Amino acid sequence: MKLNAYLITLLVVCIPVKSVLADLRIEVTQGVDNALRVAVVPFDWRGAGRLPENISDIIDADLVLSGRFESLPASQMLSLPHEPAEIFNRDWRLLNVEYLVIGHVSPVGDRYRLTYTLYNVFKQSVELRQTIEGEASEMRDMAHYASDSVFKILTGIEGAFSTQIMYVTALGPLTDRRYRLNIADADGHRVETMLESKEPILSASWSQDGRYIAYVSFEVDSRPAIFLRDVVNGTRQQLTNFPGLNGAPAFSPDGKQLAVVLSKDGNPDIYILTIADRRLRRVTRHYGIDTEPSWSPDGKGIIFTSNRGGQPQIYQIQLDDLSIERLTFEGDYNAKASVLPDGSGIVMVHRREGVFHIAMLDLIRGRVTVLTETSLDESPSIAPNGSMLIYATQYGGEGILAAVSVDGGVKFNLPSSEGDVREPAWSPQKRRMFKPISE
Amino acid sequence: MLRITTRGVMAISFAAFVLAGCASKTEVEEPVAEVAPVVVAPVVEAPVVAEVKRPMVSGGKISVPAAGGMDGMEQLQGLFYFDFDQTIVKRAGHMELSKHAMVLKDDSTLRVRLEGHADERGTREYNLALGERRANAVRAYLVAEGAPRSQIEVISYGEEKPVDGGHNEAAWAMNRRVEVVYR
Repeated sequence: MKLNAYLITLLVVCIPVKSVLADLRIEVTQGVDNALRVAVVPFDWRGAGRLPENISDIIDADLVLSGRFESLPASQMLSLPHEPAEIFNRDWRLLNVEYLVIGHVSPVGDRYRLTYTLYNVFKQSVELRQTIEGEASEMRDMAHYASDSVFKILTGIEGAFSTQIMYVTALGPLTDRRYRLNIADADGHRVETMLESKEPILSASWSQDGRYIAYVSFEVDSRPAIFLRDVVNGTRQQLTNFPGLNGAPAFSPDGKQLAVVLSKDGNPDIYILTIADRRLRRVTRHYGIDTEPSWSPDGKGIIFTSNRGGQPQIYQIQLDDLSIERLTFEGDYNAKASVLPDGSGIVMVHRREGVFHIAMLDLIRGRVTVLTETSLDESPSIAPNGSMLIYATQYGGEGILAAVSVDGGVKFNLPSSEGDVREPAWSPQKRRMFKPISE
Repeated sequence: MLRITTRGVMAISFAAFVLAGCASKTEVEEPVAEVAPVVVAPVVEAPVVAEVKRPMVSGGKISVPAAGGMDGMEQLQGLFYFDFDQTIVKRAGHMELSKHAMVLKDDSTLRVRLEGHADERGTREYNLALGERRANAVRAYLVAEGAPRSQIEVISYGEEKPVDGGHNEAAWAMNRRVEVVYR
């Protein structure tokens, strides 16, 4: 176990990055070399009483957890501007701060109006100024929206701060396990439990519109079955109950179908289940193990794991003519692949010299790049911005989640207070959207 | 890996064997709760296997009359192991599996569930398929040895239910298994 990979690499200006009440903590273990130095100045609250959330703290934590920023603690700030007119430029040049995020919150009836400004210290110019409005319960979402906007301007990449992560925890002794399927914000807060069970839960996945999840649960007679849950209204239905395996549900991009794995016809094969009428279409017919289907972004093909060649490798099938092509030729074990949103590559579990890593296969050049330094890695899930991925691994004898940027430059761990954590799935959609108001 | 346990409850059959004059060649004196000289009908004569005892199911495991002139009941091994990424039962378990097949063949009321498992390495769904392969391999062996397929159910837990939570070869070897569970 490479323990040194888990030592927190201290950034020059060190802020303990933890979400105090969160179930998942985030520890950045490697940031980019040329992190941008940013200061998120505590926002001004122009109403009475206290705000339900500390918006500048949330933005600060978001930016630092991305691994691309170093932030200045409020205690070191020489002044606390809330509007561009209040910025005294020298106070920030002295501290080598490159960007300021400042803002204020005003009450509007029983809603809140948030205004934030991104200021370039060296150019002495405003790069972004937005105002959004929301309710008390949306305050964290508003802060994350601000983080996403700032992130996009500074890096050119869509932020993933407004997204959610679904994962499974396993608690208790091996002989008396309790399993939970949870959904939390990407920063570890607001954990909601979707299912609690004494039998295993796995393979949870999101629909593309973020409204539904599908998962495998052994709760019925200790046998695997696939369930579909409406995340918005909290209802669920059991979709399959075939003998043998019922597994690996994956939503088609249009959300109308699920690719699933069934072994009812003698060995594990991939089928497509139409959700509305439960019709089944068999897609693979091979006596080997075919499993872990994942759709291509255009919905015309499915990539999957198969040991038809002896060892598990990644194959692709075209749904119109059912022609199959092998994709991986490096490494003696490749599995659980998923396609990047732009279709340029796939991430997968890849074994090299006996160690299981997460790797990316560049589909254009055919090159495999190992992304992780951890081992016993599994279940990679790509963030909707296509630039980060989250996966499950082992640390200190416990299952934890870790994340890495798709170019391998940024790494962080998400140890949980709750037992073994596994099977992460990044939501494809943001939790809330806001429309900036023009002032 | 044969495990022989003598159940105290089988004191009566032990006594019956004693009464039958069954010459035990083993030196092992199995401790029993009581050795009450109870006369049991029918009193049997010379044959080595005097009475056909019903197999007994307890806690998912089955006990059968001990073979080869040994006294008492023998609990059959319920665990069978595999090499990494393999679905062939290790040779050491074959003889025991044959005993299971016989038990199932002889008693059509017995039901068995074969639970297949894999170690933690690799991906979860693939390991579910691997566990199922292993359980299927055990079923195929049992059926080939005469066990009726209708009495056998197969299920896989993949890497989800390890017996050893360690992350090393020794733990993984213990987890790559099929459990034969009588219901």
